[in-house]
Amino acid sequence: MAPVDIQIGRGPNLDGALLGDTDPATQGGYPDHPPRMGFFTDTSVCIGCKACEVACKTWNAIPEDGLVFTGMSMDNSQGLGASTWRHVAFIEQRKPVAAQDPGVVHDQNVLELAGNPTAPGTNGDFRWLMASDVCKHCTHAACLDVCPTGSLFRTEFGTVVVQEDICNGCGYCIPACPYGVIDQRKEDGRAWKCTLCYDRLSVGQEPACAKACPTDSIQFGPLDELRERADARLARLHEAGVADARLYGRDPQDGVGGDGAFFLLLDEPEVYGLPPDPVVTTRDLPSMWKHVTVAAATLVGGALAAFVAGRRL
Amino acid sequence: MTENRLRGVRPDRDAVTGVATGKPAKLGRRRGGKGRGGRRDGAPTVPDAEFTSYYNLPVINKPVWSSLDIAGYLFLGGLAGAASLLGAGAQATGRPALSQVSKAGAFGAGVLSLAGLVHDLGRPSRFLNMLRVFKVTSPMSVGSWLLAGYVPLAGVAAASSLSGKAPRIGMAATAGSALLGPAVASYTAALISDTAVPAWHDGYPEMPFVFVGSGATAAAGLGLLAAPVTQNGPSRAMAVFGVGTELAAFERMQRRIGMTAEPYSQGRGGGYLRAGKILSGVGLVGALLGRRNRVLSALSGAALIAASAATRWGIFHAGLQSATDPQYTIVPQRERLRAAAPPVGFAEP
Repeated sequence: MAPVDIQIGRGPNLDGALLGDTDPATQGGYPDHPPRMGFFTDTSVCIGCKACEVACKTWNAIPEDGLVFTGMSMDNSQGLGASTWRHVAFIEQRKPVAAQDPGVVHDQNVLELAGNPTAPGTNGDFRWLMASDVCKHCTHAACLDVCPTGSLFRTEFGTVVVQEDICNGCGYCIPACPYGVIDQRKEDGRAWKCTLCYDRLSVGQEPACAKACPTDSIQFGPLDELRERADARLARLHEAGVADARLYGRDPQDGVGGDGAFFLLLDEPEVYGLPPDPVVTTRDLPSMWKHVTVAAATLVGGALAAFVAGRRL
Repeated sequence: MTENRLRGVRPDRDAVTGVATGKPAKLGRRRGGKGRGGRRDGAPTVPDAEFTSYYNLPVINKPVWSSLDIAGYLFLGGLAGAASLLGAGAQATGRPALSQVSKAGAFGAGVLSLAGLVHDLGRPSRFLNMLRVFKVTSPMSVGSWLLAGYVPLAGVAAASSLSGKAPRIGMAATAGSALLGPAVASYTAALISDTAVPAWHDGYPEMPFVFVGSGATAAAGLGLLAAPVTQNGPSRAMAVFGVGTELAAFERMQRRIGMTAEPYSQGRGGGYLRAGKILSGVGLVGALLGRRNRVLSALSGAALIAASAATRWGIFHAGLQSATDPQYTIVPQRERLRAAAPPVGFAEP
């Protein structure tokens, strides 16, 4: 048997490992590493083509994830799971989409010709939100923290990957994830999730989903660059009057220390099935261990008292 | 996708979606329905909150653990840990029958809980990967190492006590298992709390006390069930301690966490927990009244063991329910944001 590798947190400083804005690759033990890579998924230009879902499945050889008709708009894959690493959400809303700019010149106004039934502000108000969801590759990743085998690890790119030859299927990572990303593949017993195409990154390629995205809704790159680009994009949309636009997972001070894969959304996160204020569960773990210690001492005290009182009882 | 000659003509990813009117989002009301958002008497436990979800699907993925394996693991770990203390104390105070029963029970429960843990793995043959690393950030890693140390010690203590052989080694093993026992009984609280499951995570400060109380109840029950009444004074006292600690901590937790505590009083989880409370009460009263009655004592012991198991099953199922229903994830987070930020305006800067 190989010597046991003692891991105390993810680095010498446990506080830094559990909270706030840190560089996860450095925390993960890579003193010299490439920049942190991630995704910026701009849902305002997603057209719901599901090319990302298909590219992901094809590249990563993911098995079928259930051929069902859900009736949930165009969404039949329902959510992220062991065999769904990219998931396109579809939301139909009675909200005005307002003046849309297709970027091409029309000779005729076809909408007016059709009697203008869907003009803004009328009962025809309708907008269709589409968003491609993925593993967030959190700065503070609960799945990685709670994995008892070391199967989940931090890569040099700051991403979080499962080593399937190590995973023993304990399932602890599954309820630990605040986003509901990782899950168990029933027929195989192990936990699976997005690797941010670790194999492709290692040879300088971009992940399959980003490569396949026809509108650049999924943008891949160094995280600090993506954050700058997202800030500019948000400002542009706000300037254009899209007041609903907001960034999700962009803030390094949020409950997970910022996401490696973050989003531009056009509605509240929960509309897309995302938690509005996720917090890494291990943030409270030091306090949990303190309470466990006090409770264990209480049990010892209770047992001692039982033997004192037990003479008379 | 744009060809080079068209670059700059089409906006691509810089396309502006449209000009929204800035109407605030319509939020769905928290659904009513059977038992939701209120107590049985109709009084709401918390004010109805509004929340939106994605087709009412859960936000987090619920645990894939089977209740027999993992709720059983929680129950048996508590029983084993507390029984080791009872066994050591019984040996020290000259109660040989209670000592033997407790040590044998501790070892049996320890082995079974380990078996439950291994059986629940997706790849049981890879159990030893649990001992590949030691991580304080993973209660399951800490627990695996604890059990790896505890179960052999409990085994030696039980074997020595039952056979009467190697008393010195037996004494050392008894002391060792009594030292690790409280940790075995309590760490499982951190194990379930260290998840995104709302009912488990939010209850983390009280959960270890519920668990050690429940463990003490089960160990006391085992003593009452299998040892003679003359030696069971400490078991009766331990039942008082166990039931009292468990109920007090649980009550405190339910009051403190508010809405996320709903699954503890509803559905399958709530049913198990109510059964646990009734069995605890019945068992405790029976144990105290049946001080000289072997049959009543044994029945009370069985009730206390069943109470502890029912509590663990209840907590397990309540956790599953809180993970499956998106409101328990969304509403508390949304309220946290509302409390932290000014009420108007939904766009982030």
